[in-house]
Amino acid sequence: MSARAVGVVYRKELIDSLRDRRTVVSMIVVPLLVMPLLTIGMGFLSLTLVGLAMKESPKVMILGGQDSPQVVADLKRLPDLQVVPEQPDYAEEISNKQIRAAVEIPPGFEARLASGEPSTVTIYMYQGELKSGFGADHLQRFFRELRDRTIREHLEARQLPQSLARPFEINERNVAAPEKVGGALLGGMVPYFVILLCLTGAMYPAMDLTAGEKERGTIETILCSPVSRTDLVLGKFLMVLTASIATAVLAILAMAGSFAVGKKMLAGVMSGAVNSALQITITGKAMVSIFFVVLPMAVFFSAALLALSVFAKSFKEAQSYISPLMILVVMPAIAALLPGVELNSALALVPVLNTSLVSKEIITGTYHWDFIALIFLSSSVYAVLALAIAVKLFQSEDVLFRT
Amino acid sequence: MIEVRQLAKQFRDNKRGIVRAVDGVSFACRPGEIYGLLGANGAGKTTTLRILATILTPSQGTAVVAGYDVTRDPQRVRSSVGFLSTATALYARLSAREMVEYFGRLHGLEEATLRRRIDEIFERLDMNDFRDRRCDKLSTGMKQKVSIARTLVHDPSVMIFDEPTVGLDIMASRTITAFIRECRDAGKTVVLSTHVMREVEKLCDHIGIIHDGKLLAEGTLADLRARYAVQDLEDLFVKVVQA
Repeated sequence: MSARAVGVVYRKELIDSLRDRRTVVSMIVVPLLVMPLLTIGMGFLSLTLVGLAMKESPKVMILGGQDSPQVVADLKRLPDLQVVPEQPDYAEEISNKQIRAAVEIPPGFEARLASGEPSTVTIYMYQGELKSGFGADHLQRFFRELRDRTIREHLEARQLPQSLARPFEINERNVAAPEKVGGALLGGMVPYFVILLCLTGAMYPAMDLTAGEKERGTIETILCSPVSRTDLVLGKFLMVLTASIATAVLAILAMAGSFAVGKKMLAGVMSGAVNSALQITITGKAMVSIFFVVLPMAVFFSAALLALSVFAKSFKEAQSYISPLMILVVMPAIAALLPGVELNSALALVPVLNTSLVSKEIITGTYHWDFIALIFLSSSVYAVLALAIAVKLFQSEDVLFRT
Repeated sequence: MIEVRQLAKQFRDNKRGIVRAVDGVSFACRPGEIYGLLGANGAGKTTTLRILATILTPSQGTAVVAGYDVTRDPQRVRSSVGFLSTATALYARLSAREMVEYFGRLHGLEEATLRRRIDEIFERLDMNDFRDRRCDKLSTGMKQKVSIARTLVHDPSVMIFDEPTVGLDIMASRTITAFIRECRDAGKTVVLSTHVMREVEKLCDHIGIIHDGKLLAEGTLADLRARYAVQDLEDLFVKVVQA
């Protein structure tokens, strides 16, 4: 092996690839555009839609309540509710979204409240429908307040302490750092995109540098130069790896940037509670750690893609080999998002899944160094194996001159 | 100098089983001489030349090119050979200059030497007008010149041309034939393969007629004409192949 020859090949492939529009798009444009679009764009869109739904004053229907005029009047006075006249087909109207919810006030409700007899108020809503849920929430809140007020009045009338109805409070406190709360919500998505972009970034150059050379007839030109085939494949491999890493690094940076910008944009729009739930901070330490666990996987992808596409006679054939690989990679990357899938020493040996899981942990601020080391090692072993296969294939006449 | 000794190459083909593409071929070519391999399509010309350029390895036999054995010392062989065929395309996204530079660097030339060499070749082949133009924007004739510059950049002592004029128009193929003659006149060892009889008559000092992987007849054009008692080269070729 000659480092100089590898360097010459790498430099040429870098210049050549940077002039290839497809490579530039997949290596630079996609991570820089897709990441902000996905994070800010999607987040903003969904929050805007939720905000719009919350702003709408839902139409609700009161069923019964003729003998409870005070309750009905209070309901009608609520500023963020529109009460519509009673109709017998309320269930259908809720299903058709003409009204959002309905509440059934039982006969003699106010009288029962005064006397302390039990009664039931029924709220009708369309489960799973956001706006119907908001309508039902308004009603719930109103009747819960009414119930609390009634209890208070009853206790006062009997001169009993308020603590009788609430003998103790339940307090829930979060011990996770703020980034862990955000991380658990969105953190799973981050490694998934980084892994996917690592693959897509390497895809075009891998095909272009091998099957593309065969298709364009330059493979024979380069094979009659004195560069050894090992040096040639290593130079090409370094270029594919560069594309893969560049894509991943740009994706991580774009994502960190998007979260920072997104947080600022959302701060003004959202209420405190929702805002803190959506907050995610990718620290510098997390970025560097993710880079190092992703690195051997990028090597693995680059070498595997090179090996696969050198076997192909044309760009098209290479694409037909590589498309199924996308699914193979996406599946373990998504599996890491499933609830309950946690890193253990067996899963630390499964390529892609291990990287996805450990990146998810790193983003939520957890560092299991023994697993990180094991994953780095196992990924490195896969990477070296894939590279050895790529080199071997490059030395095979049957593969290079497949007819 | 090229010495080919009992060269053979077998391929495994899914449909045809084992194919003997080259079958015991031996010949020699001296410096300042053009050796022409004449044969129909599929006769084994390209495989033979690819073995000489060490793009393929022989199944049996060997060849010594510029003093190096193709099986034992393929890298040194490639350093001494310029290989040109219509299949050796250019990198479309590199400029003419970058293309030649790339191969010069792969041949291990120092930057100063490389620059001097490129200036010299570009001047001689009249390529300065398009030296910085991308290869995919060049005309066929310009592309041919870039390919020639690529084979010359390391000043090889042996030149191998595999059907160099196939698919070229008259002007482009005249550029190539003139270049082949120049190589011989410069004392290089030249081997070329072709199925164009006129090319053989115009260029070759020695001729080998190859068919089904076997070298059937060999000699100067005059020798062969005398031996087979035929003047027309095409008739001669058919007579040799059918014998």
